[in-house]
Amino acid sequence: MDWLQQLFNGISLGSIYALIALGYTMVYGIIKLINFAHGDVFMLGAFVGFFAITRWEMGFIPALITAMIVCAIIGVIIERVAYKRLRNATRIAALTTAIGVSFLIEYTMIFFRGATPEAYPKNVLPEKTIEILGAKLDYKIIFILIVTVILMVLLQFIVHKTKIGKAMRAVSYDADAAKLMGINVDNTISATFAIGSALAGAAGVIFGAYYTRIDPLMGVLPGLKAFIAAVLGGIGSIPGAMVGGFILGIVETIVSAVGYSLWRDAAAFIILILILLLKPAGLFGKNIREKV
Amino acid sequence: MKKSKAFWVYLALALVIYAVVQVMTANEMIDLYYQNMLITICINIMLAVSLHIVIGITGQFSIGHAGFMAVGAYVSAICTMKLGLPFIVGIIMAGVVAAIAGLLVGVPSLRLKGDYLAIATLGFAEIIRITFLNIDYVGGAAGMVVNHMTTWTYAFLGVLITILVISNFTNSRHGRSCLAIREDEIAADAMGINTTYYKVVAFVIGSLFAGVAGALYAHNFYIIQPTAFNFLKSFEILIYVVLGGLGSLSGSVIAAIFLTTVSQYLQAFPETRMIIYSVVLILVMLYRPTGLMGTKELKDVFRLKKRGGSEA
Repeated sequence: MDWLQQLFNGISLGSIYALIALGYTMVYGIIKLINFAHGDVFMLGAFVGFFAITRWEMGFIPALITAMIVCAIIGVIIERVAYKRLRNATRIAALTTAIGVSFLIEYTMIFFRGATPEAYPKNVLPEKTIEILGAKLDYKIIFILIVTVILMVLLQFIVHKTKIGKAMRAVSYDADAAKLMGINVDNTISATFAIGSALAGAAGVIFGAYYTRIDPLMGVLPGLKAFIAAVLGGIGSIPGAMVGGFILGIVETIVSAVGYSLWRDAAAFIILILILLLKPAGLFGKNIREKV
Repeated sequence: MKKSKAFWVYLALALVIYAVVQVMTANEMIDLYYQNMLITICINIMLAVSLHIVIGITGQFSIGHAGFMAVGAYVSAICTMKLGLPFIVGIIMAGVVAAIAGLLVGVPSLRLKGDYLAIATLGFAEIIRITFLNIDYVGGAAGMVVNHMTTWTYAFLGVLITILVISNFTNSRHGRSCLAIREDEIAADAMGINTTYYKVVAFVIGSLFAGVAGALYAHNFYIIQPTAFNFLKSFEILIYVVLGGLGSLSGSVIAAIFLTTVSQYLQAFPETRMIIYSVVLILVMLYRPTGLMGTKELKDVFRLKKRGGSEA
């Protein structure tokens, strides 16, 4: 058993989870909605990237950017059409709608192109390996990690240094007060969805390039697991989502490396339940008191 | 006095429905396709009503109901197929074990609220499913072969008992406590209601009947597989309850009957079915978030109509 090798695999899986988890955590932080459709935006991103690479013969980076732009637009449409009316609805109504949107995207996709999987071409990323301490380190992993880190740094910059980022933080802290201060809450929420969905789209292309196989239902499990990662890190917290994603990716890889690959999915849910019971606010979350 | 009169009327009505179908089946006026459809409708009614007590009455959002159904299905299948016990013992065991599973899941997770509870129940259901997937004794992913034993009589009795128990529970002191928790948990707590206790009780009753429904489901098809109890199944049960009206027993029964019938006819087009399901669900949530019946029962609707008629 090569532990270093498994660690590399875990990191690349974790970076995909982290990118999806960022969208969950941002959206939950701002409108307190578990956007179940987020995993399906990830799936759409993977398909947009696939078409960009195979039909329009783009390279990896242009395909990544195309997928991010398309997913951002889709994210905003979903928010405007389905979620906007539900801002003051009950939790059950909001959550049910989100599940409905998720199924709608999945099955519309299957309806139009069938459930058959597609395979990303193999030469999207360089197929070279270098050896570090006896472990084979794929160039792909380095590449994925660099892209992920750039996106995360960019996100931190947007959230902490720009005007829209400031508006996002204000709205997630107190939407009513933000409105009184002259912040356009609707646009800020849309911007949050756009950024979150763009990250999910990027994760989709990265997933496709790394694991090659994509299909219309591929977003369900990574979506749920990314949500687990967001809860693990503390929902609403951006560094939490990143750390949660990496932890989950590494734990899953270790569980399957030890020989319990069928229990891999259960491991994620067990982590979820443990964290909910022991530390519901997550690793980086703040404790919020219930007000009457 | 009046209440018991209504009770006997409903019971008589139910027995008439049962007798009519039974006679028609005996005379072969209903073929196997429709018999199967009736049994499926009964199973779905049981699932809907058992989730209704958790979501509609107690207001706890559980999206892992298929997990308890899976427990019931597998336990009953083990009883009848591996241990050679009679079907009725299998059904009872299914209910008991599912109730225990409900207790084990409910005690820790019902401390959570809202979205977190939903995700936790989903997680537990997935863990249950993956556990069955990994037990070779019940066939793993390939599934387990089960004899066809569910008859219209079993299915009908199941529905009757489920509705009787749950509607009586709702109208009892315990049921009113649960309603209070749904309306405002903090206020209910302040009024001296043991909120955790009642939440767990409602959850256990819900799991019990989901387990019984699972037992009937297992013996209605010839094979059970872990994939039959995935998130999609939980979602289907959720649709019955949410669409019918959160807090309306008759609403969830009507939604279960209606949607099962529709989906039987759309069986050849599974994608179209899911698209229609989700679009309907989104539209109902956007324009009528309380569901079609709201918290009203069927008898309230009729009573309102009658009163309106006499005044006019």
